[in-house]
Amino acid sequence: MTDISQSGPVLAADGTPLKRSLARALRLQKMRALLLIAPLLLFILLTFILPVADMLYRSVDNRIVQDVLPRTVQALEDWDPASNQLPEEAAFAALAADLKEAANAKTHTKVAKRLNYENPGMASVFRKSGRKIKKWDVENDGPYRERLIDLNKGWGDVELWKTIKTYSGIRTSGYFLNAVDMQLGADGAEMRPENERIYNTMLIRTMRMSLIITFSCILLGYPVAWLLANLPASKANLLLILVLLPFWTSLLVRTSAWKILLQQQGVINDTLVWIGLVDDANRLVLINNELGTIIAMTHILLPFMILPMYSVMQTINPTYMRAAKSMGATDWTAFWRVYFPQSVPGIGAGSILVFILAVGYYITPALVGGTKGTFISNLIAYHISTSGNWGLGAALGAILLAVVLLLYWVYDKIVGIDNVKLG
Amino acid sequence: MKLSKLSALAVTTALCAPSAFAEEMANELTLVSWGGAYENSQHKAYVEPYLAANPDVKITWSQSAAEAVAKIRAMNEAGNVTWDLVDVVASDSMRLCDEGLAEELDHDGILAAAPDGTSATDDFGDLIVSDCFVPQIVYSTTFGYRTDLIDQPDTVCAIFDTEKYPGKRSLQKRPIDNMEWALYCDGVAKDDIYDVLGTDEGVAQALAKLDTIKDDVVWWTAGAETPQLLADGEVVMGSTFNGRLFSAIAEQGQPIGMLWDMQSFDLDGWIIPAGLPADRRARVLDFLKFATDTQRLADQAKYISYGPARASSAPLVGKHADLGIDMAPHMPTDPANASNVHVYDYEWWADNRDDLDAKFQAWLAK
Amino acid sequence: MADASNVDAFVEFERVQKSYDGENLVVKDLNLTMPKGEFLTMLGPSGSGKTTCLMMLAGFETATHGDIRLDGVSINNIPPHKRGIGMVFQNYALFPHMTIAENLSFPLEVRKMGKSEREEKVKRALDMVEMGAFGGRRPSQLSGGQQQRIALARALVFEPELVLMDEPLGALDKQLREKMQFEITHLAHRLGITVVYVTHDQTEALTMSDRVAVFDDGRIQQIAPPDQLYESPENSFVAQFIGENNTLEGTVKEINNGVALVQLDDGELIDCKPVNVSRPGERTRVSIRPERVEYNKERLQEGVHTLKAEVLEFIYMGDIFRTRLRVAGNDEFIIKTRNAPDQTRLQPGQQIEIGWLPEDCRALDA
Repeated sequence: MTDISQSGPVLAADGTPLKRSLARALRLQKMRALLLIAPLLLFILLTFILPVADMLYRSVDNRIVQDVLPRTVQALEDWDPASNQLPEEAAFAALAADLKEAANAKTHTKVAKRLNYENPGMASVFRKSGRKIKKWDVENDGPYRERLIDLNKGWGDVELWKTIKTYSGIRTSGYFLNAVDMQLGADGAEMRPENERIYNTMLIRTMRMSLIITFSCILLGYPVAWLLANLPASKANLLLILVLLPFWTSLLVRTSAWKILLQQQGVINDTLVWIGLVDDANRLVLINNELGTIIAMTHILLPFMILPMYSVMQTINPTYMRAAKSMGATDWTAFWRVYFPQSVPGIGAGSILVFILAVGYYITPALVGGTKGTFISNLIAYHISTSGNWGLGAALGAILLAVVLLLYWVYDKIVGIDNVKLG
Repeated sequence: MKLSKLSALAVTTALCAPSAFAEEMANELTLVSWGGAYENSQHKAYVEPYLAANPDVKITWSQSAAEAVAKIRAMNEAGNVTWDLVDVVASDSMRLCDEGLAEELDHDGILAAAPDGTSATDDFGDLIVSDCFVPQIVYSTTFGYRTDLIDQPDTVCAIFDTEKYPGKRSLQKRPIDNMEWALYCDGVAKDDIYDVLGTDEGVAQALAKLDTIKDDVVWWTAGAETPQLLADGEVVMGSTFNGRLFSAIAEQGQPIGMLWDMQSFDLDGWIIPAGLPADRRARVLDFLKFATDTQRLADQAKYISYGPARASSAPLVGKHADLGIDMAPHMPTDPANASNVHVYDYEWWADNRDDLDAKFQAWLAK
Repeated sequence: MADASNVDAFVEFERVQKSYDGENLVVKDLNLTMPKGEFLTMLGPSGSGKTTCLMMLAGFETATHGDIRLDGVSINNIPPHKRGIGMVFQNYALFPHMTIAENLSFPLEVRKMGKSEREEKVKRALDMVEMGAFGGRRPSQLSGGQQQRIALARALVFEPELVLMDEPLGALDKQLREKMQFEITHLAHRLGITVVYVTHDQTEALTMSDRVAVFDDGRIQQIAPPDQLYESPENSFVAQFIGENNTLEGTVKEINNGVALVQLDDGELIDCKPVNVSRPGERTRVSIRPERVEYNKERLQEGVHTLKAEVLEFIYMGDIFRTRLRVAGNDEFIIKTRNAPDQTRLQPGQQIEIGWLPEDCRALDA
């Protein structure tokens, strides 16, 4: 063996430095561990990380304008939109060339769609012109300014050219601005007109209602979790099965069941009318509003609150309560000062789980939320699957992700993430 | 979902593999439709007779038409189109065609002429709203009302009259049709509707009119909702597709009446996704020619109250396959029903949809 | 034992019974009187009812029948937090989310004591258990022994007259346990508090207590000071349970002048003190402590009966020698001898004669 006191690195028995020797010995272990997690890592990479990254990129991607109208973008470089004058003939010529090529490749409608988000009506200018411009001979058919304006009077509108110039970069903040009810105006970002603002309202509503749902889950779930943790094992198991029972039915079925229960001609209203608590003419509106969403989502998310609370409460030794009482604390004081603080990690874990699930929910709000009880995720779904504005959907998703991470950070600052126990 | 698509593709390619010649036809066909009674009518009228003539072919239905645009776009980006023939509404066909996601068709070249020799283009007439579109049916979005709960309305403006017709009403959760009805009932002449709607004031006017009934509206997204809401008594009147109302009234005997006034015509038809392999495309064209001929379109009306898109099919419309009632009076195109119709402007909406959607959603959220 | 008229009585159990399931009694007719300032230990195997008794006294269990009095007042219907009894739990039950000082301050806070007074008492209590420097730490940062001291300080900080301890030293290692036994007894005597201490460790019971109540089968088998308990067990359970014990079975031949002549089952005769036997012919189990057995003939009293024994095993244990013998067919007969310079070490196989003073051999119930 080497003499430790000598200077230089410690050597292993065969004379190699001990550190390298150790690293070699560990490398095999590390490789094996990596191999074991490789399938999961690959799976997560392919099905989660890459799509999320792709989504984030889409929210700023604006390559389409440069890809489809390269000459036009270049020709507009020297044009000053503030002049409020139409650009020079060269820009029109460039556009004619770009448009003819694009029309043949059927890409002109894609750029039209992109620009139409920023300036409604541009789509039809592109589409209508595209159909006819295919027949042009763009080498010799100048001058183009008059011909293009003649083809569609939209080309004579300075605003259209401004839009092309404003959105000619390969990245855009347009989607993100739109996602916070703003737009790029002449003097940079500005608020959208009042009657188009929606996303901030929806984001705040989503947060507010998710918080309400989280608190309802705490209120309803805490006693159940306490009962679960304090009943004898056999009864607790039965109760646990009851808690998990909703997972055995489809989410859609559960939500539809709430519809049948809550609607104005539904079970709850019928019962209340029959008892005489509610007048037949003034049946309660329990669905297609915020209340409907809160009720149905509280029910659906309740197990996610109960389970972490239960697993934390299980670890709280009942002697703490006895100790507190032996020291003179009433039942309430013993609970509030001794039991409750120890159950906070469970509440924290449940709340984070429920809140994050709630923020991203869209099926239930869509079915029972009417107009006042829908979430921002419903708009994201709408843009992804119906309107086709994936960039905006992606921007909204990215903002939602950022807000959740921010709240997570705030939670860590206030409560401490170490205080979260999932089991 | 992705996996099933992949496996579907694998199956298709495996089956296609032997086909060396372009005219060789694949034996697998994936049709996309809307499910329910409508898909059933297509199955009975087109698919069953086609399968009888071509026993080797296997036809699979997918009920994804509602998300057709988004899905075809995603498939196209992934370079893996697994659908062969997709049933879409006219406006979706225009979007898909514009974006190059649907194949442009030579209608006279690939479709059957009418029995009297009229070319397909003439027989379908104006209904060919896009180069990619083969129309099948004319349907309308119109109103049904509870005959036992309110008086019989005779104009679409009854939806804005909550005094004479108290109770909730259901409307589709989108600006299309609702904005037009609102302007019409606010005194705008039918021909001026889109001119007015093209201005900010016009949008404000329409939304203000809708504001008067906002608290009384249940918004729907799926066609089955209104018939259910009417049956439950949750709403006293509501808009939906006329075929849904027909089945609630004639097949289920619900106390519901039809209000045809200002019904909004729309079209439904086929598109072929762009970029199909030659053998699959050959099979699709073969099926499409068969499924859109005069007799097949007329047959479909035996099962559902949607009007055939071919002029030559109209005289052949007969009786309901099970109920034995005459189907012609239940067609949206029947002269008695079509005395006052709203002609929905595809072009205008294609340009203004995004803008009005934003304003409409903002209004809804308020 | 039970004497309700006892003016010194501080804690009293009178005819107390407890059943959890309505079928079996865990505590059967318990009677107990404790004077103020006494250190009483409840000793017994698990399931003997000792902890149940403690919990009834603390108020966490209700007596099914009978009366429990504290300072002459029946406390059956007084909730635990109003009983003013300090308690130390087996696992200490220090609140993990509070610091040590907060833990100690808790019982004072719930008594609505002022801040400065609280701080002073907490400091005094911490100093008392020599943990003054640890007030700001959390329980998890302390060793088992330190936690034990804190638990003790917390039970004493509000100056209760009665303190209950439920196997408080069970989780400590042997050395620490012995140290703490000593400290607890000292503290209790110095403060003049009354202590009810539950343990299943007889050494602990003997070293700490003024009196020990031996529990078995829901009854107190004997309650006496430690020496009396050890030397004069009143029945074979106590004899067996307390300390090491040799038993031999036989029949009483005669009783003369306080000495019983017992014929063992192999026919040999021995002299015993009759404790639970009163007349000839009774079966008896005689009990002899290992250290009271003499094999050195010179030290044996004249004229007593001796027994033949064969040495089976000799174990050197440092301070003592432990020798296993076969006596009257019993292979587990143990004798203990002090490791003294003149002590002979017995060899296995050696044949010896053993004997004892008649008063050291107690003839108990069979």
